[in-house]
Amino acid sequence: MASMTSSPSVSHDPIKIAQKRRRLLNQAAITLVALIILSIYLMPLGYGLINSVKTQAQVSDSRAPLLPSDAVTFEWEGAEYEVFTVPTDDGEKQYALIDPGRRESTMLDINNPEAGTFEWEGNWRTLLPVTELAFHFENYPEAWRTIDFLRLLLNTLMYATITMIGTLVASSMVAYGFARFRFPLKNVLFIVLMSTIILPPAVTLVPTYAFFVKVLGWGGTWLPLIIPQMFGNAYNVFLLRQYFLTIPREMEEAAMIDGAGPIRTFTSVILPQAVPALTAVAMFHFFFAWNDFFGPLIYLAGNRQANPITVGLTEFNGLYSAEPQLILAAAIISMLLPLTIFFLAQRVFIQGIVITGVDK
Amino acid sequence: MMDMLNEMNVAGRDTRKSGLFSSFKLSPARRREAKWGLFFISPWLIGFTVFYLAPMIASLGLSLFEFTLSSPEDARFIGLANWQRMLFNDPKTWEGLAITFKFALISFPIGMILAFSLAVLLNSKHLIGRNLFRTLFYAPTMVPFIASILIWSQVLNPNTGWLNRIIDLTGIQASGQNGLRWMDDPNLIYIAYTFIGIWGIGNTVLIYLASLQGVPTELYDASSIDGAGWWRRLWNITVPMITPVIFYNLILSLVGLLQFFILPFVLNQGSGYPSGSTNFYMVYFYKQAFNFQNMGYGASLAWLLFVIALAITIFLFATARYWVYYAGGENR
Repeated sequence: MASMTSSPSVSHDPIKIAQKRRRLLNQAAITLVALIILSIYLMPLGYGLINSVKTQAQVSDSRAPLLPSDAVTFEWEGAEYEVFTVPTDDGEKQYALIDPGRRESTMLDINNPEAGTFEWEGNWRTLLPVTELAFHFENYPEAWRTIDFLRLLLNTLMYATITMIGTLVASSMVAYGFARFRFPLKNVLFIVLMSTIILPPAVTLVPTYAFFVKVLGWGGTWLPLIIPQMFGNAYNVFLLRQYFLTIPREMEEAAMIDGAGPIRTFTSVILPQAVPALTAVAMFHFFFAWNDFFGPLIYLAGNRQANPITVGLTEFNGLYSAEPQLILAAAIISMLLPLTIFFLAQRVFIQGIVITGVDK
Repeated sequence: MMDMLNEMNVAGRDTRKSGLFSSFKLSPARRREAKWGLFFISPWLIGFTVFYLAPMIASLGLSLFEFTLSSPEDARFIGLANWQRMLFNDPKTWEGLAITFKFALISFPIGMILAFSLAVLLNSKHLIGRNLFRTLFYAPTMVPFIASILIWSQVLNPNTGWLNRIIDLTGIQASGQNGLRWMDDPNLIYIAYTFIGIWGIGNTVLIYLASLQGVPTELYDASSIDGAGWWRRLWNITVPMITPVIFYNLILSLVGLLQFFILPFVLNQGSGYPSGSTNFYMVYFYKQAFNFQNMGYGASLAWLLFVIALAITIFLFATARYWVYYAGGENR
């Protein structure tokens, strides 16, 4: 309202009008470009959703309609017959196929069944079936049962939760140590910690595997996957340390004066203030665990009962490649939880990525 | 992360200045502080020793042995025979490396340019609904990798997949037997794998986006007055200002691509299909170490990978001073 007085003068100024028009045009063009790119980018998701509620025959048929649909059938004298679109001299007609033949087939006009059957010349396989929209949501429960999703989910959740707690405790301790205390070789140790990011896990894998499986006999159990994550990792330590460095020292000093030791100070002053960073680390870890594939693949080999979602899905893909619609349904089930968590907590999450990526 | 690398430089310098061991003679208060510091970092000290340092040394040692996990008692010392075989007598080593580098050469530039372009788009002040767009572009990154592989491999199906059907719409016949067989054609397979990987670029986009927002606006204002166009501003101001982030992505992406494994493994169990074009180095490592249980040879393959990753990192750090711009850095 305050601009009422100035707006007439603005709208009469031809340069301002031209500028405004240019801005609107820019906005429209850029938003349109973004929309087009986004729809291409998300296209596979649409493909997955749509094809997961089709029948197997439709997914594998390149002539099938884009949307999930069923062939229309027509009941005649106690039996069901498929209906096809047949081009005739009077335009397209919908005929039920009573008795298919190679050169000619017996047909029935579904709009005029009283006229009885007649012979139609031509190959019925060239005809397009009449379809109607139909969503086969039953693919989801079927995929869930076939893959034994509940067990995969429980295995994955168990792994994610235990290691999340472990890595949170360890990483925050280590981060606090690096953030607040002076000790010999501190900088060297920090460089070593950060260098582990570029270390290919394969280098340590062979002896670690031999040790866990041959010496400790832990093959087929989750222990070799859980134990090593109880000691913190470079990304999490770095993120938490950066956050701890931004916490003013005054509160810690006050706690110290009140007689709190370093552990009390850490748990009652630092950790409560670092909840956003801890949440980000917890989420990162959760997504890591949800995606972890290589470790479970080699350590759980031979114990299918213990499989997480990733390995279960891969096996399912190998065994049920003839049922692409079930594979899609299972894939979509597996993404529901991570996507939900992301949409609910995206701000904390995105901040965490930015801190590890470009922190100033 | 970039900052992390800087800090590593600074940290290294500080250490040299004060002398590595001078801090061992400490006053009682400093000693107490050091004790607590070591206490807090002890989980990592233990974890590093047990799960990094010891296995690395053991791995190097194992590479000198013929060692099969199923019969550990038959292990015997063979000196550098594994290394000799790997480097000179095993064409699969070089095939795996060549395939891995070829794929990296195709996939890395595409991924980086796409991520950067998306970040520029999502940073545009003209974009209506920026936050919604950012969320939606990031969302596929949250899709579990295996799930996205399974969905994409159907999208890339030559007959029923939507990619070919969309290309068909442009008038180019892509579907059908003679069309684009993404997963079966050795010439297309790396592009197909790159497509599948594209859903994972969300983090890179976010990091670019954050660094774009960190470019001081005065620089743009000054160049606008100088009459520089959009493209020149992008090339002369934005790109140099975010070279540290490009550097960070370069290192992590290359080291990550060296270990490319999951896709060929999930899609064709590491069979190399089509015509051996997906025999990536890590696939070969997995076969040797876990299918054939040749743990000694596997360890030497793993060490070679480590040496290559280290060489690439050192090389990139050495070249950084010529092309990476550190704002506020004195002589970096």
